[in-house]
Amino acid sequence: MDLFGDPAVWLPFTFAALMGLSILIYVVLDGFDLGVGVLFPLAAADEQDRMVASIGPFWDANETWLVLAIGILLVAFPQAHGQILTALYLPVAVMLIGLILRGVAFEFRVKAPGSHKATWDRLFFTGSLMTSLSQGFMLGLYIMGLEWTLPHVAFATVTAVFLTVGYSFIGATWLILKTSDALQEKAVQWARGGIWGLILGIGAISAASPLVSPRIFEKWFVFPEIVLLAPLPIVSAALVFWLWRSLQRLPRPGDAGSTGPFVASVALFSLAFAGLAYSYYPYVVPERLTIYEAASAPESLIIILVGVCFVLPTILGYTALAYAIFRGKATDLRYD
Amino acid sequence: MDTLLLSRIQFGANISFHILFPTITIALGWGLLFFKLRFQWTGDEKWMAAYRFWVKVFALSFAMGVVSGITMSFQFGTNWPGFMETVGNIAGPLLAYEVMTAFFLEAVFLGIMLFGMRKVPNWLHTLATFLVAFGTTMSAFWILVLNSWMHTPAGFEMRDGVAFATNWFAIIFNPSMPYRLAHMLLASGLTVAFLIAGLSALRRLWGDDSEEVKTTLRFGAWLGALLIPIQIFAGDMHGLNTLEHQPQKIAAMEGNWETGGNVPLLLFAIPDQELRMNRFEIGIPSGASLILKHRVDGVVPGLNDFVAEDGTALHPPVSKVFWSFRVMVGTGFAMLALSWGALWLMRRGRGVDALPKPMLLALSAMTFSGWIATLAGWYTTEIGRQPWLIDGVLMTKDAVAAVPAPMVMGTLVTYLAVYAALTTAYVGVLTFLARKACKGEPVLTFETPQSSAAEVRAITPGE
Repeated sequence: MDLFGDPAVWLPFTFAALMGLSILIYVVLDGFDLGVGVLFPLAAADEQDRMVASIGPFWDANETWLVLAIGILLVAFPQAHGQILTALYLPVAVMLIGLILRGVAFEFRVKAPGSHKATWDRLFFTGSLMTSLSQGFMLGLYIMGLEWTLPHVAFATVTAVFLTVGYSFIGATWLILKTSDALQEKAVQWARGGIWGLILGIGAISAASPLVSPRIFEKWFVFPEIVLLAPLPIVSAALVFWLWRSLQRLPRPGDAGSTGPFVASVALFSLAFAGLAYSYYPYVVPERLTIYEAASAPESLIIILVGVCFVLPTILGYTALAYAIFRGKATDLRYD
Repeated sequence: MDTLLLSRIQFGANISFHILFPTITIALGWGLLFFKLRFQWTGDEKWMAAYRFWVKVFALSFAMGVVSGITMSFQFGTNWPGFMETVGNIAGPLLAYEVMTAFFLEAVFLGIMLFGMRKVPNWLHTLATFLVAFGTTMSAFWILVLNSWMHTPAGFEMRDGVAFATNWFAIIFNPSMPYRLAHMLLASGLTVAFLIAGLSALRRLWGDDSEEVKTTLRFGAWLGALLIPIQIFAGDMHGLNTLEHQPQKIAAMEGNWETGGNVPLLLFAIPDQELRMNRFEIGIPSGASLILKHRVDGVVPGLNDFVAEDGTALHPPVSKVFWSFRVMVGTGFAMLALSWGALWLMRRGRGVDALPKPMLLALSAMTFSGWIATLAGWYTTEIGRQPWLIDGVLMTKDAVAAVPAPMVMGTLVTYLAVYAALTTAYVGVLTFLARKACKGEPVLTFETPQSSAAEVRAITPGE
């Protein structure tokens, strides 16, 4: 098929790619700040303030990537949006309540009377946990084809736990990057403890998706694909090994090597995501609806695409600006 | 209760909770920019103190708005899949532009605005403050374009039950958009005016004598007094626009059953949809005809014109629209009386000190009056759109998802509990911040002893 000739072909593909990119950016960015929330009860009170300070300027924009991803699903693949979200009705509701609680707890914990702070801290943790677990649950159920049967729910429960551990892992690597001293040492410990969840999570999903779907099995385990795709698992394994090694040696004098774990985690999340994207293409609702069947009218998509071409680079630009402004170690939590 | 009604209540509850906070942030963003620029021009610390207090309220309101807004983008799919399946080609690009031109802008620059004052040059911080205000306003623009299009759809054609855009200019500048946008932006301005005046009055009552609180009280009273007449005019224009495009809504707002002239302006009535008449009414003779048609015998549409041949009503539920409308108008006139009364008491340089205690009490009581008027206004227009989701194009009942009713009930109850708790916490924290400010305590610090030294430094003026 002629990829760039027929707008009914290349537009859905482009939007699927954009949606994938938004989901990946969301999972990495909100992943680390959700992870910081999940790790919250493990830290002492003054450390908690620094943890919040390390994500304070970013979390709001991080969550906007979720809105963009769900927005692209909504606008580019309206039928899929309805099918996926009605199937995931309850976990979506749990996630939304979680997002509400953690988002407002951020503000309330520093503005409410001091005696209420502990309550808001607990809600911040609870909200982060609800959000992480429900996202992992949705991922598991999606892989199982969005059908509520007992084995599927059991698998989704497992992915819920693994994704939560995965988020807390990337959250810990973020804290290694953004903090120092005792908190940084704690973060290294948390990362060492979390890396197993990540390995098991990626492993479970990699094993389950081809087993559930013969179509996905066919896409991976035939020649020459199996050779061409081999770098994906090999590089992932190398990254895990490197992460494991480097975490054993952290923290090092002069803060050397504190960026590495976070960068490696981002790479690992990206590779895992690329694997999933390859497995499910061209389906947007697994085995039921392809991106080409679900796409909106080309004349509407082109209107959005024009905007995307101008706006997305701008958004990436000022997002980078924000990260540059707040680079370096997070210190006191100050609101000015 | 059935899934349709529960889903409607759920979406209504979500959007009602959500709108409370953008209503504040849209105008408060510009208020903060004003405070900051006044400080830069005059060098007077009171403006910076006002900025520091109100930026806390802004941050809290913004967070509440963001998280409640995310809920809605998901509920389109979980509860109302028929909406996007039918008009996704039109609603999609509008929502996409909202995310792209507004959400990211406000979210990213909010971080710089809240946390970056000492990390970036002053001009960049001012620019960030401007971009946050601009972003909230852009967001209001796009979502009101979409909402207006649902009331007065234009620039599209239906093919096999799906809407396709034919003219984007007509879609964006659809007939009710300019009126609705103006009405909503003014509502936001008024909400903030009375919020600022009300909380400042409360601080005065608690003995706060600072220049800051006098300034914000005067600011709120003036802003309210300036905007309310404009709002009454804009609301009237919006009503005439509705008369042209959605006469059934006007008929319900007026509680008028039969089309005809010399229709009274009803001040009180009990509309009965079963009997198709008002059981009791007090009205000003020919008032509605005068307002809507500017002549005593002006013909006002009646609800009985909007009944299908089989007897089903094609007009909205009458008493809800009728009463919401009266609550909105009543609140508006209370705002007019109060803000003009306050200005009169402060006339000829008598200043804020001239405001007697009853006036301060009345202003405090009106702190959240903008919320009441805004919600009542939205109920009037949105319930007034029923039974249509998109006027003349899609019925609400045809868009709802077949989620089992107990499941919707479960999530609805959970949302309501969370919203009630958070609204209480929000109002409580605003009051707490006001009380703390009265005692001259810093409003943005921790209560933990070990950081008290940092607190003192953090509020040193002139930083």
